[in-house]
Amino acid sequence: MIEFRDLHKAFGEKPVLRGFSLKIRDGETMVIIGYSGSGKSVALKHIVGLLHPDAGEVIVDGQVIDALDRDDLTLMREGIGYVFQFAALFDSLSVADNVALGLRRRALAEEEIDDRVREALALVDLSGTEERFPAELSGGMRKRVGIARAIALRPRYILYDEPTTGLDPVTSAVIDRLMVRTREHLGVTGIVVTHDMRSAYTVGDRIAMLYEGQVRQVGTVEEIQGSADPLVRQFIEGRAE
Amino acid sequence: MIEAIGRRAVSAIEAVGRLGHFLMDMARALRDVGIWGRLVLVQMRRVGVDSLPVALFIAAFTGVVLALQASYTFTGAVPMYFVGTLVGKTMMLELGPVLAGLALAGRVGASMAAELGTMKVTEQVDALETLAYDPQSYLVLPRVIAGTMMFPVIVAFAIATGIITGWLTSLVLLDLSTPDFIKGLKLFYRFKDIWFGLLKSASFGFTITLVGCIVGLSTRGGAEGVGRSTTRAVVYAAVLILVLDAFWAVVLL
Repeated sequence: MIEFRDLHKAFGEKPVLRGFSLKIRDGETMVIIGYSGSGKSVALKHIVGLLHPDAGEVIVDGQVIDALDRDDLTLMREGIGYVFQFAALFDSLSVADNVALGLRRRALAEEEIDDRVREALALVDLSGTEERFPAELSGGMRKRVGIARAIALRPRYILYDEPTTGLDPVTSAVIDRLMVRTREHLGVTGIVVTHDMRSAYTVGDRIAMLYEGQVRQVGTVEEIQGSADPLVRQFIEGRAE
Repeated sequence: MIEAIGRRAVSAIEAVGRLGHFLMDMARALRDVGIWGRLVLVQMRRVGVDSLPVALFIAAFTGVVLALQASYTFTGAVPMYFVGTLVGKTMMLELGPVLAGLALAGRVGASMAAELGTMKVTEQVDALETLAYDPQSYLVLPRVIAGTMMFPVIVAFAIATGIITGWLTSLVLLDLSTPDFIKGLKLFYRFKDIWFGLLKSASFGFTITLVGCIVGLSTRGGAEGVGRSTTRAVVYAAVLILVLDAFWAVVLL
């Protein structure tokens, strides 16, 4: 289970998270929605220790992330897959090496690494692209490689940071289907940060709306769709006012 | 005014603190030899072999100019075999290490800052961390170790090249015989000349690569930030090379 407990984070004078609290249950996919710059990605980065809270804590499997030493944090990260907004693939490595990089850190046999890379790329429908480089791929393909890199680790948790941002509707639907497929295949707990409501409804078990650094409302897809909160309604309906 | 001085002082102290923290992290990452060990060879090729042509080009012309200027200065006052002395001493003690260092601050330091800066702003460094790699082990140590090891090699070649072109210039343009040039070369030679130059080069290699890594990894703000980091890396490295040059002269000569 992942829990954000009264998390506060500011960058300089600008507060981003102001008492953010949320529990993500094992096996579910939690979607965090909110305006651009509302702190969704910032919250996600706290889970893997890329950012450190000013106050409050993030608890993963009973362990406070910020209290872990370097080795324990490394161990914790091995159980978490992270899909970055712009994929964050390593330019100098081929697709296969990108996917294999995390596996090599786990000192697996090369044969097993090859199998897992093949399996992960097949799951994202990218078999045959092993020798290509990120610069040769489209935006959607890069995101799929990013997902393959995360699932190849067979993590307990997968964190998706804006997985459909910047993609056309069809490619977005492909990514949504992949996220659902990943969960069905691997049974992982997922957190998806997005402002794409179609994606949120497709992949989410529950949706939390982040507003001004706090959770404005959290509930099932149906609860959010039927929300009486004018702010939530405005966001999910995409109205200007 | 006082507030501005205070702000600058605080910012300077913070920078020193960040540097100390960075060096401690780097020292701690030394134990991840399984990660950085295999990457050092790749970096040694990039830092060393790929930089060799630039360093040799500079050294070759420096040797020519040194021989000609020595002859110009010595004519009628000092025996001409001192051309060999001046070319050898200057290349070993000063111009070999410093000119190669300054040239490579541009080539190696800038390329490292740009590469790591781009990785930083495109979240590749974050991705590395989420894959359970320490950026210090994967990115910094291979570069710094390769720089520290390869700079003395590059400089040794540069010194040799400078001396050879100085000798050829003396032979062809100054009518100095080979035995006279070698006599001058050996006249005040001490083994310390060599190790002083190479030690200095190792410190330049360490500094240039470290600055490139620190500046690159602290990049913010997209393409503009990468450009700023690249410039900063070159300027800082060049300044530090000159400071280190003076430091070693005071401490070891």
